[in-house]
Amino acid sequence: MKHDLILRVMAKLLIPFILLFALYVQFHGDFGPGGGFQAGVILAAGVIFYALIYGLPDARKVVPEPLVESMMAIGVLIYAGVGVAGLILGGNYLDYFVLDTNPVTGQHRGIFWVEVGVATTVSGVMLKIFYMFTDRGNVDE
Amino acid sequence: MIINVLLSFMAFTVLVIVRSRNLFGVVILGGIYSFLMATVLVAMDAVDVAMTEASVGAGISTVLFLGALYLCKSEESRPVYKPWLPLIVSISVGAVLVYGTLGLPEFSNSGSPIHQHVVPRYLTEMKKEVDVPNVVTAVLASYRGYDTLGETTVVFTAGAGVIALLRRRRRGSREDKA
Repeated sequence: MKHDLILRVMAKLLIPFILLFALYVQFHGDFGPGGGFQAGVILAAGVIFYALIYGLPDARKVVPEPLVESMMAIGVLIYAGVGVAGLILGGNYLDYFVLDTNPVTGQHRGIFWVEVGVATTVSGVMLKIFYMFTDRGNVDE
Repeated sequence: MIINVLLSFMAFTVLVIVRSRNLFGVVILGGIYSFLMATVLVAMDAVDVAMTEASVGAGISTVLFLGALYLCKSEESRPVYKPWLPLIVSISVGAVLVYGTLGLPEFSNSGSPIHQHVVPRYLTEMKKEVDVPNVVTAVLASYRGYDTLGETTVVFTAGAGVIALLRRRRRGSREDKA
């Protein structure tokens, strides 16, 4: 598929919109359908699309393996960190009311960071699984 | 009405998947099945779940199945024995599940127990406490924050498990080459 001109041009056109849609789903999750999980999957799908058309080595250059692996852990740490922040500010674990002087704003802030954590972990795991699956084929050849 | 039509399409897809021996076709039909499921969920006003089903079920898992298919033969071999016992077990389990759904309250019946427990509180207090327009997000990230933390950890654990399973083998084959 590496030398197919039409696919390469179409991919180049589509991928920015896929990534933009992922960001929209992420940050619009409070207002419409969507949220961290869906955004993470769509983000990973954009990179997987790139890897399918341009090949795995090129995708590894764009999103290197160490970054993907650390994204998996960083997402969970962000989520758990929101809980710890609540503890430090004098509330319970994962208590968003204390994150801001206005409790409702605190809730918004807590939900925002929690969704960021979910998206980071999900896209990291999806990409990592994809990398590992496709990599196996190359080694066996 | 539209839900019943979609559900019969899905049943037809499953029958074709069972009959088919071409694994490439099975993977693509699996993707079609997921898209039909997503459409059913949209028709039932569960847009968040529909989005997840479309992106994970039809998108990512189809790609992963294709990646796995690349590693093996694309034609399913004939089974050496007739799977009568598994067939009977799965049909009877399915029949029990269908029997169980007969006791469920009617869909969109506001008097059913699930709408009496915590849902009224979420819907009335959410505006005051959390104030985000999407109730699903409020329940998922705020009221049920612990559950979602657990789910994120499960996703992380799944990824770590895949790494643990597949990476060891890769290192082994490298040593073989050297």
